[in-house]
Amino acid sequence: MPQIFPKKANNLPVVSLVGTMFGGVLLILLVWYYFSPDFLWTGYQPSQPVEFSHRLHAGELGMDCQYCHNWVEVSSHANVPSTQTCMNCHNQIQTQSLKLLPVRESWASGRPIEWVKVHHLPDYAHFSHAGHVDAGVGCETCHGQISEMEVVYQAESLSMGWCLECHRQPELYLRPNEEITTMNYVQPADFVERNLERIREQGIQPPTNCSACHY
Amino acid sequence: MANHPQSGQQAEYYEGPPTLVKGEHSFHDITNLVSHHAEKKTPMAWLAAFSVASLGVVLLLTMLAYQVWNGVGVWGNNQPVAWGWPIVNFVFWVGIGHAGTLISAVLFLFRQSWRTSINRAAEAMTIFAVICALIFPTFHVGRVWVVYWMLPIPNQMEMWPQFKSPLLWDVFAVSVYFTVSLLFWYVGLVPDLATLRDRAKNIWRKRVLGFFSLGWTGANRHWRNYEKTYLILAGLATPLVLSVHSVVSFDFAVSIIPGWHTTIFPPYFVAGAIFSGFAMVMTLLVVARVIYNLKDLITLDHLEKMNIVILVTGSIVGFAYITEFFVAWYSMVEYEQYAFLNRAIGPYAWAYWIMMTCNLIAPQLFWVRRFRRSIPLMFAISIVVNIGMWFERFVITITSLHRDFLPSSWGYYTPTFVDIGTFIGSFGLFFFLFLLFLRFVPMVAVSEVKGVMPEADPHFYDDHGDGHSAGTPTPAPQPSGGTS
Repeated sequence: MPQIFPKKANNLPVVSLVGTMFGGVLLILLVWYYFSPDFLWTGYQPSQPVEFSHRLHAGELGMDCQYCHNWVEVSSHANVPSTQTCMNCHNQIQTQSLKLLPVRESWASGRPIEWVKVHHLPDYAHFSHAGHVDAGVGCETCHGQISEMEVVYQAESLSMGWCLECHRQPELYLRPNEEITTMNYVQPADFVERNLERIREQGIQPPTNCSACHY
Repeated sequence: MANHPQSGQQAEYYEGPPTLVKGEHSFHDITNLVSHHAEKKTPMAWLAAFSVASLGVVLLLTMLAYQVWNGVGVWGNNQPVAWGWPIVNFVFWVGIGHAGTLISAVLFLFRQSWRTSINRAAEAMTIFAVICALIFPTFHVGRVWVVYWMLPIPNQMEMWPQFKSPLLWDVFAVSVYFTVSLLFWYVGLVPDLATLRDRAKNIWRKRVLGFFSLGWTGANRHWRNYEKTYLILAGLATPLVLSVHSVVSFDFAVSIIPGWHTTIFPPYFVAGAIFSGFAMVMTLLVVARVIYNLKDLITLDHLEKMNIVILVTGSIVGFAYITEFFVAWYSMVEYEQYAFLNRAIGPYAWAYWIMMTCNLIAPQLFWVRRFRRSIPLMFAISIVVNIGMWFERFVITITSLHRDFLPSSWGYYTPTFVDIGTFIGSFGLFFFLFLLFLRFVPMVAVSEVKGVMPEADPHFYDDHGDGHSAGTPTPAPQPSGGTS
């Protein structure tokens, strides 16, 4: 009986096996990279309608986060400041700056500036800024070193697993409420004990069940 | 097994090792008999049947697409009956998928050589039935595009399936069962695929079959490895026969619903599964052996043995039905008692009595030998049993749910056209796959059938001296019986 397969068919099992493995990994990577939206990735840094520098305002000038984002302790949504907030200072300072032209236009016309949202959570995840800020989660814990960012980018993954890291062990992340807006905060040596103490006193019990956020 | 020594034919039957293959067939005849169905030109009747089955597949796909687009609400499932036809159909198909592994693995370990004529088709049926079964829970999850959440895959959400839930055990049980059944079926196929390869004229046919027969040459070494592999797989598959349907029954039994929360469920479900599986094998083979002229391989004796299995398992199932009533009475739990009374005389009494008639009463006819060997009767009963077993799952699922603890939320379940269409479509898929199997794969395990023929006995030719009398009409009985 003549041979059905040519001799080089002996390579077929190895080639197909390796090909499937590499092809599979490549396919997963390609889908992962090209099919997921940009804002799911750390480092997502959309360009904003105004060349506003957090590094200048929050860093060099040392303005408190809550001067502009003044609702974080009360509201579940952290507010983006209105044009009026900008103009509190900028009707006196840098009144002729070209960079501030869109702000002045907005002030004159009454049409808000369309800032681009950086930190996205899925629609099915409910998140309250007030609840977290009041329990002692600092701004930089989730948003990173804003005071060093020229343009704000996403510093943490904001994935559910990332949320759960803190919800399971809040004592490793909390800080005193007066240090909420501090950037580059250094925890004291006994911070875990202090946090555990606070967690006991205030009954802080971050939920890890599904319906805590998905309802 | 009951022995009736009165008739002469019967006595002959039990004298030596049973002749499993009737007629005067040489080894080559057996090969021809089975192989030529996969080699000849496609018959018109097959094309006609295949077209009908394909229509069923189209119906299934349409219904599933409609369901995915609109959501699970297009099914009849709603409070209080949140588990409707999809779960009924799932359990129905998984149950049918039980006969294959029982025949191939358990009967193999118990050295029941009559399994050789039917195991290939039964295993194929198993695989196709499990495919049909898997469709229902897959789409029942609602958002089918995240169905992989059922598997414990590490993910950024750090979300895991609920390991305490029998529904997750079900995912493991059924997928393992499917994998092992497929592997078992394929390993058994290798020698026969090699036979087809060697008979093939066309070089591409030769190559495709050559690829799937893994370079089988029939060498002694190959056979030794093959036998070992087959034995190991049979050993692995045997516990699965019991575990799969036990786990399926946990879906019900682990809950606290009256009518579901009973410890009798695992053995009762396993018996029911084997019962329905054998009935389905019977339905298929009674037809196939006539159309494909395999009456000498799948003989009346084979069918009779299967009927005995149907009788035994049917009686176990019937006994379980009655035991449930006894336990409900004996438990003195009001809700449990109501659940069972409601089954028998409530709004679903019609379904309950269909189930009792089909599953408990109908197979009792097989106590009579004449009925066990009557082709029309066994065909009719096999279909009746499958109807009955579908209704068993319907009764268990629907009647236990439709009246729960709060009379204000009582309801009556009605399927929608999507439920019915999907179920009919699943039969389309089943026959679609089975027809492909009949057309392209040797439907009887040729090499194994040869192994149980008298000629395979190393001492067969001792009595015949010349050693050239293969296919002698009356092989001498061999009391030593080394026919493995």
